[in-house]
Amino acid sequence: MPRQQRRVVITGTGPIAAPGLGIEAIWSALCEGRSGVGPCSIFDASGFSCPFVAQLPPDRFDVRQVVPKSYRKATKVMSRDIELAVGAAHEAVRSAGLVTKAHEPADGRMTVPADRMGCHIGAGLIAAEENELTAALATSRKPDGGFDIAAWGATGMQNLTPLWMLKYLPNMLACHVTICHDCQGPSNTITCGEASALLSIGESMRVIGRGAADACLSGGAESKVNLMAILRQQFAGRLAKAAAGDDPTKTVRPFARDAIGGVAGEGGGILVLEAAESAKARGAAVLAELAGFAATQSFCPDTVGADPCRDGEGISDAMLAALQDAGMKPAEIDAVVPFGCGAPALDAAEAAAIRRVFGDRAASLPLVTLSPLIGNCGAGFGAVAAAVAVQCLQTGMLPARVNGDASLGVDAAPAAARKADLRSILVCTPSLGGQNAAIVLRRVA
Amino acid sequence: MSEPRVVVTGIGWVTGLGHSIDGVWKRLLNAESGMEPTTRFDARTFPTSFAAEVKKDFDFRGFVKDPAVHASAGLNSQFALGACSQAWKQSGLDVKPPKDPRRVGIYLGAGEGVLDFDNYVGTMLHAWDAASGRVDGVKWAACGLAAMQRMKEIEQEPNMPLAHLAREFNCRGPAYNCLTACAASTQAIGEAFSILRRGDADVMIGGGAHTMIHPLGVTGFNRLTALSERKGDPTEASRPFSVDRGGFVMGEGSGMVVLETLEHATARGATPLAEVTGYGSSCDAYRITDIQPEGRGAAVAMLEALRQAGIDPAKRDGKGRPPIHYISAHGTGTKENDSIETKAVKRVFGEMAREIPMSSIKSMMGHLIASAGAVEFITCVLAIRDGMVPPTRNLKNPDPELDLDYVPNRARQARVDTCLSNNFGFGGQNDTLVVTRFRA
Repeated sequence: MPRQQRRVVITGTGPIAAPGLGIEAIWSALCEGRSGVGPCSIFDASGFSCPFVAQLPPDRFDVRQVVPKSYRKATKVMSRDIELAVGAAHEAVRSAGLVTKAHEPADGRMTVPADRMGCHIGAGLIAAEENELTAALATSRKPDGGFDIAAWGATGMQNLTPLWMLKYLPNMLACHVTICHDCQGPSNTITCGEASALLSIGESMRVIGRGAADACLSGGAESKVNLMAILRQQFAGRLAKAAAGDDPTKTVRPFARDAIGGVAGEGGGILVLEAAESAKARGAAVLAELAGFAATQSFCPDTVGADPCRDGEGISDAMLAALQDAGMKPAEIDAVVPFGCGAPALDAAEAAAIRRVFGDRAASLPLVTLSPLIGNCGAGFGAVAAAVAVQCLQTGMLPARVNGDASLGVDAAPAAARKADLRSILVCTPSLGGQNAAIVLRRVA
Repeated sequence: MSEPRVVVTGIGWVTGLGHSIDGVWKRLLNAESGMEPTTRFDARTFPTSFAAEVKKDFDFRGFVKDPAVHASAGLNSQFALGACSQAWKQSGLDVKPPKDPRRVGIYLGAGEGVLDFDNYVGTMLHAWDAASGRVDGVKWAACGLAAMQRMKEIEQEPNMPLAHLAREFNCRGPAYNCLTACAASTQAIGEAFSILRRGDADVMIGGGAHTMIHPLGVTGFNRLTALSERKGDPTEASRPFSVDRGGFVMGEGSGMVVLETLEHATARGATPLAEVTGYGSSCDAYRITDIQPEGRGAAVAMLEALRQAGIDPAKRDGKGRPPIHYISAHGTGTKENDSIETKAVKRVFGEMAREIPMSSIKSMMGHLIASAGAVEFITCVLAIRDGMVPPTRNLKNPDPELDLDYVPNRARQARVDTCLSNNFGFGGQNDTLVVTRFRA
């Protein structure tokens, strides 16, 4: 039997994705059904099965603008994934009204003491920036053009900056965020593909629940808008098949009969989780309660989970266990934010799980689908989903839905943004690899 | 309601010193080194050209039920399957599997898989346009899609060892992989312990698997000047706590443990090997390259683990000994780590610190990076079992600044009832576990 644990609430959100940084930018795009999917401006992606990506344009986000002046130099050793996490954390802290070290408070005092502040940020397999690495590799070539490893070992590697590897260690997302905001409590980096952000939020919930921290910066971030990530998506059977002349905004069709796969996205988010009692003590505005969490593993017929188990049993196990953790029944859930990446096999597994958990209600239980607009942001996806769910509870609104249909017996057909009575929302993300994480968010009175 | 006690019922490892529990343990107690010239790639011109590699006689197919199910397994997954099969077998769960797979979880600290280096570099160079200083995306895609292979790419995801273990041992409960650099598998075992204590599973596999003995791994650490570049005999290159220490030596492999609630272990008649009684985790939040110079975060992790275990670091035990009888040090052999770790241990135990044997098996097995914590945790379990403390090899020129008992060069007999296992990661994560002799 689980012991009595402290309740955990959400007091700030900092999502980041193609539409921009912060819930306002993302929410307005979602409500208008405005897609961030289009041609890639960083490199020509037309050699892959899908030429489109969902990228966050440089004019909407510059990491140098969000770090303290004293930390600007460190932005030079930030990969894109780190930039996204640092931006999201900055926004989350602002949204929660926290004073952290990043604000350089005159009296040095932070809202939450450094040793009571944890940080859990899910991360992906970070790809080396190809131009920087190849410029160095190209210094070590044999006369026939092939790579000369002896030259590389002897001298070539000196062309990489000494800190090169630190851009690509997954825990450098949390490293930079904990330095900026001085979080000295428990910190972890969960790397379970698309389940990473919700697993991180769940771990923060447990850490706060058992009293090891009073607040956590929690979520995930990843950019799949790079050559290696897109190649891997294509190899995994998750990348859409589209031609340059197609309408990019129609590429991702979650749960639709004519679904053709997903697109690479970039983004994620940080949420501020706090013990309910400490949030109350500081008079914080509580955005939602994090009422339940669970993690499970699916049986994977192909072992690695690229080909998901169609019955979705591991996914429904996670949903049911998160409900049980919240002490709630499926009937109390008013909307679900699934992964819904538009890859038919994975969508089918998720739909089967939703039908198993919600039975007759599945056909009318509103799904909030994000991937047609923001793409697959991997380890960050669950954090965007959680921030959007919080906003739904806050506003009593469901955002617009595009490109899906009702063919899988779930409510994924196109719809305009609309009012809804929302008390509790379930968010669930299954990963390539078979890990599933689910959280239940509850409106506060 | 009191929290469940958590016991260890199985251990297994695959390392540069072998792949059986007692075989490797014997070699550690003999102060043997697993370091040899690197064979995984041609490292002859690299600043560091030696490592403690898992030897060619390791074949994971001899450990698993049906090798075909794991045909795609990359090196990390192979190491994980080999280590976990030993642990699972020792726990007895292979004969009588748990009734409900949803109550069996996994928490690993496994690393990213090995890059398909030749094809990766070939693709980059093929698509390189020197004039613009850019890779041509279309050329890159055409070359990469033809040259690289589907399963080799998927296997690089850090959650793949986890996926293989879940399939092999039919685990459907909480499943995580964390990657906090050199602290990862200590953190994984600590979080697995926390999941069991909360009652969210009955059995948890914990551990890690990692190799970074590949061209870009060695490049990355060489550029950071973190690796030993010592010339001469590679078995003398890893020199934790020596005045002439010059960095760590890479190892590779996996350590895996089966943890379960005491209630679950007792009900099925399993024999606990040891008990996990405390876990502490903290973050330096200091600098991306340096450890907090006073060992602040490391001390916090140790203190929290001790607090959970109900141990007062200032108080002697019932037999008049210090409250901890062995510390498995992070002990990488870098200038910075060994001196700050020493400071942190003194900060926690004060004057008594000098009486506690503290050694680094990295001097023999090398640094297994994400999986280092798991093999060092296993060392603590064995120290308790056999009353033997493994040595720190190559400690012939002690650093006058470092004044603890590092168990130089020779293993030592000692009754060990309670151990600390420390690991600290690049990026600031500090994790400590307390392992205790099991008493019903």
